[in-house]
Amino acid sequence: MMIVDAFSWALLVGGALLCVVGGLGLLRLPDVYTRAHAAGINDTLGSWAILLGLMLQAGLGLVTVKLAMIGLFMALVGPVSSHALLKAAYAHGVRVQSNDEETADVD
Amino acid sequence: MMFTAALIGILITMCMALVRGALGPTVFDRILAVNAMGTQTVLLIAVAGFWSGRPEWLDLALVYALVNFVGTIAVLKYTRFGSLAEDHTRVQP
Repeated sequence: MMIVDAFSWALLVGGALLCVVGGLGLLRLPDVYTRAHAAGINDTLGSWAILLGLMLQAGLGLVTVKLAMIGLFMALVGPVSSHALLKAAYAHGVRVQSNDEETADVD
Repeated sequence: MMFTAALIGILITMCMALVRGALGPTVFDRILAVNAMGTQTVLLIAVAGFWSGRPEWLDLALVYALVNFVGTIAVLKYTRFGSLAEDHTRVQP
């Protein structure tokens, strides 16, 4: 039981830290494309780490099945929605910042 | 205790996504912030259910994940085409 609790601690705190890192990237990066790259962290790895930590606390049962359904759905849907978002942004003509011009027009 | 730590991290992330949604220069930044906010809300509901000892809230988290995806796609389609339900087959992608 101690070992399960230790794994659960590690997964929950690690997932929360990954979420904070993704939020920092969402706040600090210069471009909508790079910001989506940062938000992909807490769509996939951060949420899976937190859900796995919760699964270890729940044990075998219906709760774990529900958590696995949430995780599966988020793993399927997060990349799809960020792909659609960035495709729409590119089609609207949002410019990709390259390294050459990042000193020219940083907002 | 571990649930409290995870809740604090999720809430900090939600605050940062909120700031990005308020600041964001283009509309796509705002949509991205709303999407990240929805993901964090799903996690928040799931962890808060365990935190308060009632894991039945997971149904709400599952429904919120579905609503978040459909909402993001709907808003994207609106910003792309200016309407939700027209015939888009003639629009050049």
